[in-house]
Amino acid sequence: MPYTLTVNGKPATVDVPADTPLLWVLRDALDLKGTKFGCGIQQCGACTVHLGGAAVRSCGIPISSAAGKSITTIEGLSADGSHPLQKAWVEIDVPQCGYCQAGQIMSAAALLRTVPQPTDADIDRAMAGNICRCATYLRIRQAIHTAAGGTALTSTRQGE
Amino acid sequence: MDTLLVDRRSFLKVSLLAGGGLILASEMEGRAEVRADGVFAPNPFIKISPENGIVIVSKNPEVGQGIKTSLQQVIADELGVDWKDVTIEQADSEEAKYGPQYAGGSTATPTNWDKLRQVGAAGRVLLVRAAAQTWDVPEAECEAAHATVRHKPTGRTLRYVDLVAKAAALPPVDLATVPLKDARDYAVIGKPISGVDNPKIVTGKPLFGIDVKVPGMLHAVYEKSPVFLARVASANLDEIKKQPGVKDAFVVEGGDKHEGLASGVAIVADTWWNANSARKKLVVKWADHPTAQQSSVGFETRARELSTQAPTKILRSDGDFDAAVTGGARVVEAAYSYPFIAHASLEPQNCTAQFKDGKVEFWAPTQLPQPGRKLVATTFGIPEDAITIHMTRIGGGFGRRLRNDFMAEAAAISRQAGGVPIKLVWTREDDMHHDFYRPAGWHFLKAAVDGTGKVVAWKNRFVTFGEGETFANSAGISDSEFPARFVPNFRLETTIMPFGIPTGPLRAPGSNALAFVFQSFLDELATAAGADPVKFRLDLLGEPRVVTNPDGKTPYDAGRMRGVLELVAEKSGWGRKVPKGTGLGVAFHFSHQGYFAEVAEVAVDAAGKVKVNKVWVAGDVGRPIINPSGGTNQIQGSAIDGISELLRQEITIEGGRTRQSNFHEYALLRMPEAPPVEVFFKDSDHPPTGLGEPGLPPVIPAVCNAIFAATGKRVRSLPLAKTDLRSA
Repeated sequence: MPYTLTVNGKPATVDVPADTPLLWVLRDALDLKGTKFGCGIQQCGACTVHLGGAAVRSCGIPISSAAGKSITTIEGLSADGSHPLQKAWVEIDVPQCGYCQAGQIMSAAALLRTVPQPTDADIDRAMAGNICRCATYLRIRQAIHTAAGGTALTSTRQGE
Repeated sequence: MDTLLVDRRSFLKVSLLAGGGLILASEMEGRAEVRADGVFAPNPFIKISPENGIVIVSKNPEVGQGIKTSLQQVIADELGVDWKDVTIEQADSEEAKYGPQYAGGSTATPTNWDKLRQVGAAGRVLLVRAAAQTWDVPEAECEAAHATVRHKPTGRTLRYVDLVAKAAALPPVDLATVPLKDARDYAVIGKPISGVDNPKIVTGKPLFGIDVKVPGMLHAVYEKSPVFLARVASANLDEIKKQPGVKDAFVVEGGDKHEGLASGVAIVADTWWNANSARKKLVVKWADHPTAQQSSVGFETRARELSTQAPTKILRSDGDFDAAVTGGARVVEAAYSYPFIAHASLEPQNCTAQFKDGKVEFWAPTQLPQPGRKLVATTFGIPEDAITIHMTRIGGGFGRRLRNDFMAEAAAISRQAGGVPIKLVWTREDDMHHDFYRPAGWHFLKAAVDGTGKVVAWKNRFVTFGEGETFANSAGISDSEFPARFVPNFRLETTIMPFGIPTGPLRAPGSNALAFVFQSFLDELATAAGADPVKFRLDLLGEPRVVTNPDGKTPYDAGRMRGVLELVAEKSGWGRKVPKGTGLGVAFHFSHQGYFAEVAEVAVDAAGKVKVNKVWVAGDVGRPIINPSGGTNQIQGSAIDGISELLRQEITIEGGRTRQSNFHEYALLRMPEAPPVEVFFKDSDHPPTGLGEPGLPPVIPAVCNAIFAATGKRVRSLPLAKTDLRSA
């Protein structure tokens, strides 16, 4: 049946089974490939998007629950890649394979909205749901600090 | 090639129309020949045109190792262009055109360093020649930089894009003799450069195999037997075909090789979710298979039994172990083991293929495209040149995508579905159940140190997997593996057990397990000798020299290893006092042409919980480090990846199948557990080698040795949870 939701500020209507996860609606029905499939059981965070401003795992949210809600994906985080996190990610050269990074950035963006100047502990807590198989964690942490407008608050975490 | 013949007056117009214009014939004749593609392409790697500027082609698969950036830095620097002016284009798999194209063995840097510098320099030489001829001046008076040739005496300049026509008309240069830049003049090589795809990654652009979209494409899932290589006996296909969105469902016949096409049931649907939903209703009866009798527990029991029986083979026997061990002042014996582990690359295996009219077109995230082509050609009896492979960015490989089973599956499904393009996407469960695992292994060690603390005897019985005397994939050991050649009375025996579990290379194959065993056992010997672990290792390495086998092969540079060991000891403050419950551990390992020594500082609390406070890494991979940003990222990732393997990673075989199914049962390290990793590259007078793998192996024993320093307890079996580290 048709469901209507708002994705990146634009209304969208999709006709999919009620149990279709938001992840697959985004990827295949709306052709927004930035949100990634990693595990399907809300363990890896590759599918992280914002639902009503909060970071959620889109693989675990059926479209029937997302209907009528406002969703932001990595494609809608900024119009042109100019979000401070996106800029910091490129400047610090965070990615290796890059597959998890959209989810990482979406988790980090939700963190910065509530905690504009996070400590390492804040970051660890907010980012613990996102696996980076290449283990770029040190640079992710550094990039979040950079985007927050400062350098790391504890120097031992710099690592390079 | 299409050509246009034009007169001189219309040249400008045609140039614009053709998107630039490449003049092949002489202007003196009043006319110019313009190649329709308007590109100066002195070799397959460089394309310069006024329309598209400077394009450099990246030949290898990008799997996260950063090769799409670093190799192109090499070409760009020798070509004399600024990085900001370069566009990078991903090549298809065409080895006749580009040479070897693969991602494996940390080999891309050492095998391409000379060749791609020559490739870039060849372009520069021709552009300089074209400018010199335009000005009618000696080439030696010209220099090239910033995509511009400058005539030094007069200061005149010509941009590369304006030299396209003339340069393209020149005869090619001999790559072997083309003059290369002096390392002091490098402007792009050795600079920290952010990955070329980063802007697309952070904005969510489609880049990966799983993002591919082809017109008319359908989606597929593929169910194989959880018991490896068991065949489909029957399946409820009629019911599956009735499920919403399902277009087709069928049995695919498979062979009996892990690396090939395995029997299974394919479900093809309009969306992946519909295909996967139908799969939940799939009931398959699998034929019996002997592997169902196998288990991790069974392997462990059998390995211990076999360890006391005659070996399959004696791989090396130097001196007289039995005599030397009897005369040793202190004798140490220990048994070490490690489990199967999975690759768990975050992008599940997937592949898009269209098999139509005897030809196959692939969009494949593969680390080994050419062997993928061979596999498909052999499986379906078609010629290799009927297969086109577009290489996508890859969401992690770690060696998993050196196997191309997913290519064979996607092709088979497209073929049976009537030639429609198919995107096959595995679930995480498929990925974990059908990996080519790092093989488990068992080592039974005995060694002796003499009264001066010197290691005089070393014996290892390695119980591993394979058939007859042949090791299973990545289950082997070299007869020269350290400390072979550094201990006078040395014996390496192997026992090989048959099994039915698929194994394959996982980041630093062999080394990721062997370094744990040997560098941990060396630490036991240092303790027995009452020696400092760093000094003990320096003594074992001995004087700086290159040690080889009698045939001169398999060199091990003791001097380079000493260098990184001394460097890491200095940088980590080795020998400093640490609080109670905290320890420092050290280890080194040589693999993939890289020398690495690492120190870990670890704290263990009364409950036995381990926290890695910090890791220091010193590596010698020659010079230059082509991209210090990507290079450091690789090493930090390697160290944390190794700690992740150590802490929790284990694949358990039960009833011939893999028990773990997803990340809730196979826990990868997450951010709160990631320690800072400080990386130091030792400047050494050797050509550069790869960084994807050699940084990983030493971290595991370094952490284990630090745990011993903190607690007095030895970790002899992985993962860490098998060792009780609680304070008494």
